[in-house]
Amino acid sequence: MSTVTLRAVEPGTTDVAATQRKPSFDDESRAWLDDLLAKCRRKDEAISRLHALLLRAARFEVARRRVTLPHLRGDELDDIALEAADDALMSVLRRLDDFRGLSRFSTWAYKFALFEAAVKLRKRGWQGREIPLEPESWDRLASAQPGPDDQVELAGLLEAVRDGIANALTPHQRRVLLALAVDGVPIDVVADRLGSTRGALYKTLHDARRKLRAHLTERGLARGQWLEES
Amino acid sequence: MERRDPREMLRGLLGPAAPEVGCDTCFDELDRFVELELAGENADAAIPGLRAHLAGCPACREEHESLLALAAEA
Repeated sequence: MSTVTLRAVEPGTTDVAATQRKPSFDDESRAWLDDLLAKCRRKDEAISRLHALLLRAARFEVARRRVTLPHLRGDELDDIALEAADDALMSVLRRLDDFRGLSRFSTWAYKFALFEAAVKLRKRGWQGREIPLEPESWDRLASAQPGPDDQVELAGLLEAVRDGIANALTPHQRRVLLALAVDGVPIDVVADRLGSTRGALYKTLHDARRKLRAHLTERGLARGQWLEES
Repeated sequence: MERRDPREMLRGLLGPAAPEVGCDTCFDELDRFVELELAGENADAAIPGLRAHLAGCPACREEHESLLALAAEA
């Protein structure tokens, strides 16, 4: 993952005590660490078990997503899972010092394999496809029209948002916002094509969204309760 | 071109209203967040801003759903 971190949450509100307290591990997690930090055969065996654990997680992710990738054969999907487990193993071993026992070791390790598998599958799904150019994105944006039963405020909100995208954002913010929020290109794919990272790109998206919300506020528009997640 | 649901598109364009963490913090905290959820504890109070991030970031949301499902099996 990248080192860019979005910090929109008020400082001091996160559970700092939990993240800074002296590590304390459950028995299973302690055993994993002891084995992985041991020498020779014991360590090799632990790495082998860890790889099996990560491969299970990667295959779990592949199985959840395979319906979205019907053109891939079973052996291709298993290759992706294996590659994800290999990469996750490197990440876990490199970041062992970061594990502080705030979850089970297995849960902590699983997330690396799920992440690697998910990123590879998203990129595979967009292999050979271009990110839509701006005119196509604007057509797609224009296709989101209120229906006859929608509140009248929705039409005004959509119009103001389109105006904000055109006039309040930088070209980079506009490109990223349209690709992610209108064209539905996965963030890892956009990051890859732009030579960026998920964290950096989400920061761009966050800034663009903040500008859009400010643009609405300046025009006396609110997003409305009917836009909030249920 | 198929007609898009305007509310869905606006949610994606405007993002979550609440303060949120970024993708890196989300990744760092996701395992703890999931285990708190599985234990029935108040994960949102322990890690403010993560739930809002999941609402705004489809990729992190998918990984959260996967980790929650996998950890629940283990």
